[in-house]
Amino acid sequence: MQNFDLLLLTAIIFLPATWAVPLLFFPKSAVEAMRWWTLAGTAITFGLTLVLWGKVDFSSPDMQLVVAVPWIEPWNIAYRLGVDGISLPLIVLTSGVCLLSMLASWSVDKQVKGYLILFLLLETGILGVFLALDFFLFFIFWEVMLLPMYFLIGVWGGPRREYAAIKFFLYTFVGSVLMLVAMLMLYFEGGYTFDLMRLAAIGEGRIDGLQFSRSFQIVTFWLLAIGFAIKLPVAPLHTWLPDAHVEAPTPISMILAGVLLKLGGYGFLRIALPICPYGTQAAAWALVGFGVFSILYGGLAALAQTDFKRLVAYSSVSHMGFVLIGLGCWKISEQTGMGVGLKHWEMGLHAALFQMIAHGITSTGMFFMVGVLYDRVHHRDLNRFGGIANRMPEYAGLAAVLFFAGLGLPALCGFIGEVFAILAVWNYSPLAAVLSALGMILAAAYVLWTVQRVYLGSEYHGPLAENLTALLPRERFVAYVLSILAIVFGVLPNLLLSRMQPPLHQLVIRMDEAYRGLHQVLASIGQAGGG
Amino acid sequence: MTFAELVAQWLQQGLKSPLGPFAPELVISAAIVGALLVRLGGFDRAIPAWFVALGGSLLALLLAVTGLDDVPRTLAVDDQLLFTGLLRLDPWAAFFRVYVLLFTALIVGLIVLTRLVDHEDNPDLFAMLLGATLGMLLMCSANHVLMLFLGIEMASIPSYAMTGFFKGRRQSGEAALKFAVYGAAAAGILLYGLSLVCGILGTADLQEFSPKLALIFGDAALGDRVAETRGLALGLILILAGFGFKLSLVPFHFWCPDAFEGAAAEIAAYLSVASKGAAFAALVRFLAAIFDPTIPAMASMGYGAGIVLGGVAILTATLGNLAAYPQTNLKRLFAYSTIAHAGYLLMGVAAWLVLLSSSLVRQDGTPAAQRALEGLVYYLVAYLFMNLVVFAATAMIRNQIFSEDLRRWSGLGASAPLLTGCLAVGLFSLIGVPPFGGFIGKLFVFSSLVDASSLHGIFWIVLAAGAINTVFSLFYYVKILRVMVLSPRSAETAGELNVEWADNSYLLMITIPIVVLGLAVPLVLPICQWAAGPWSL
Repeated sequence: MQNFDLLLLTAIIFLPATWAVPLLFFPKSAVEAMRWWTLAGTAITFGLTLVLWGKVDFSSPDMQLVVAVPWIEPWNIAYRLGVDGISLPLIVLTSGVCLLSMLASWSVDKQVKGYLILFLLLETGILGVFLALDFFLFFIFWEVMLLPMYFLIGVWGGPRREYAAIKFFLYTFVGSVLMLVAMLMLYFEGGYTFDLMRLAAIGEGRIDGLQFSRSFQIVTFWLLAIGFAIKLPVAPLHTWLPDAHVEAPTPISMILAGVLLKLGGYGFLRIALPICPYGTQAAAWALVGFGVFSILYGGLAALAQTDFKRLVAYSSVSHMGFVLIGLGCWKISEQTGMGVGLKHWEMGLHAALFQMIAHGITSTGMFFMVGVLYDRVHHRDLNRFGGIANRMPEYAGLAAVLFFAGLGLPALCGFIGEVFAILAVWNYSPLAAVLSALGMILAAAYVLWTVQRVYLGSEYHGPLAENLTALLPRERFVAYVLSILAIVFGVLPNLLLSRMQPPLHQLVIRMDEAYRGLHQVLASIGQAGGG
Repeated sequence: MTFAELVAQWLQQGLKSPLGPFAPELVISAAIVGALLVRLGGFDRAIPAWFVALGGSLLALLLAVTGLDDVPRTLAVDDQLLFTGLLRLDPWAAFFRVYVLLFTALIVGLIVLTRLVDHEDNPDLFAMLLGATLGMLLMCSANHVLMLFLGIEMASIPSYAMTGFFKGRRQSGEAALKFAVYGAAAAGILLYGLSLVCGILGTADLQEFSPKLALIFGDAALGDRVAETRGLALGLILILAGFGFKLSLVPFHFWCPDAFEGAAAEIAAYLSVASKGAAFAALVRFLAAIFDPTIPAMASMGYGAGIVLGGVAILTATLGNLAAYPQTNLKRLFAYSTIAHAGYLLMGVAAWLVLLSSSLVRQDGTPAAQRALEGLVYYLVAYLFMNLVVFAATAMIRNQIFSEDLRRWSGLGASAPLLTGCLAVGLFSLIGVPPFGGFIGKLFVFSSLVDASSLHGIFWIVLAAGAINTVFSLFYYVKILRVMVLSPRSAETAGELNVEWADNSYLLMITIPIVVLGLAVPLVLPICQWAAGPWSL
């Protein structure tokens, strides 16, 4: 059984990369064959993640299918993998988004072979990050993801691709270097281990005689948090995002927005929070504060855009702000260190994770819809659209579903995450809740205005009007799948929420206990000093 | 020791020393003579000089590798001594001997592939190259200050000549002259420092350092023996300056960019890797001999020296990385990159020195100082391949388009995907991005900095500087790829690349180890642990 688990998890991670090897031997002219080959690879990977979904027992809060093979023994580094209710939805999201964006990759016809190879390497990197349970392995996959992305933006991107690519690389790399320092600090402080589960156990005070001190937790948390916040992204560290998303080709924008941003949130949930409970609590105000700032800043910036893709990019900044407030709304009583309304924080964590999945669906869909239009008329200027609904009614209908899901319309998936986050944060700070609700109004404003400018109106007056043809079967498939998912998760959020609940509940309980332990130490020192 | 005793000891030890362990050096010496004599009587029409050089270096490498098993893995130093203690063949020396010879063989292969020199000049270049190699081999195993100095000089003087090998080029001549003048001054300073230290200690034998220091200091603190302390400190500063020149540490680095720009890329690669490796080997051996942690005074002096070296390392890495950014000449850019990497490596040495004075151990009981050395060795191994790849790619591109100016390389990547891919791996490894060897090396060095930071807070600053520098270095390494891959061809672009299969396979051969070093760490780490084990130094 153990061997089967190892095989399955390894296959999920490395199947895409191995799938890329035969691509080297395809003749240059066999473009269509290479695309189908790659599509098959992403489809099989998606199938494997579904097998994984079937194998996991969602009622258990613990890590499952854990495998550990020693790798660099003198350094206590192992090839450690595993899944739980936190990572599995994200893994399936990743393989699904990769499959859909591969379908969208038919629009790429420059140096197809190189593109497909890098695409598959990228998928391996992302899946590896979500499955790794060893910090060292996590870091390696985190960086492996970076290299293909640099070239995918830089070679296949839009006019300012060089600038966008290096900016993306630089921002992420700064984050990684900080993470590297934090990783080394944890390795030495935690008794020479990179095992994330053990580090979390130490951080949560579940190992006798070993506990990260308060100041250590604060420093480590900030080092990790900056790295993850860049990825999430949190304003003001977000400036790489509009450039990268706008310049990247459509399928890569889909992966960037749909999956890569979630790595930041996942990093918080898997590493920063459990390992540094005290650091998290000490920084809760900052998480909520920057989250609210991101929501408002992203919304206002989206309102000001005239480039369709840039608008969607800024809307991502705004939506990911909800993830951050959900993660950070942990309120405690200063006197006792007891959690105040822990139920609400648990709800906030649910909201954050759900919002990541929901945004994975809606932003993938929105970028795809922009891409469909761009492929036809070769511009993205919002002021030169209008009347698309008359020319392409089916497309306009599907786009409306996805944009409204992004807006947070009830019964669509975007609503659940955002409303839960706002409700949860009310307990932490009513002001923050009111301000983030304002963010939802901004979202309504820019989405409705966009729908009006692009889809409504009498006639399209922009260039290349003759190209506005109906959706191709391939495009129709992607659009329908995403729209249906947006509706399904909007109506039945419990499909996901119930599966996330056990590990998130356990996380809240453990972090609360860990924090109380450290808080009481502080209080008793205070009393001893006073007495 | 009286003269008679000395003779008796020599008879006893010297005659006992077989020539077997010294075989690689002897083969190299024979190859030098062979390369020079092959021109006589027209032999070189049948056997070209490069053949002698390649064959000689490969045979020497083979002997050095097969000899690894015979290296005494013992704590009894006497078994490791050769030639009345002038040389010491411990795992450390044996490892670096293989390192230098491997690189020499690879460089000779590269020179043959790129046809750097014509038939007439062949013997001269290879005789000098092998001569420098011989010097470096002696540096690795020197156990006596005299041998150390001779080794350094034997390695340096052919390097000056090789830098100026293209007699017609003004730039080449200027570079060689600068290099030689700097080198001469550095040699003088080094010699002065060595004579001060040896004078105070009354011996030039590295094994005798520790007993003599114990005689001088005993359990006393540094402050109790002011005269000796002053003399030793002054001598050590001068010696470090001499080594600093070899290692191109700031502020002794000025020769490096000029020499690299003037020399051919192949020669620059040789200077950048082989001579760095040998110099680090010799530096660590010398420092280990003098900073004996069992003598309190020397332990505290080593601790201080470690902190000073940490500061020098910060300066070196930072200056190297910042100065590399505006360069457009590839060799000059890689010269600054070499300086930066000398800085990272020196961070490892500094951490090791500080850890040496403590009894800190890792989880499996290994002293942290030993772990620091292992990391340093791993870094050097990765550095060999990654630096060779970038210089080899530069040389191959130069052969095709006759330009080492980055501005003329734009859009070249598409016409040579394999070369560009290998170059990319080398550059990413130099930045320190996983899954390549450079990352593992950097991780090991950085982790010994974390270890050292528990002894002195300044190592947090060193670690921070290392981390920031890693980000700095991203700019100029990626700039090369940006120009080659992302930028379109421009009017300045010089021609097309048409890389031959031989060049491609050479590049592939040296790129694969970079990936292996990044992923199959358990394969290489035991070798580094063996080299840096307790039986060494």
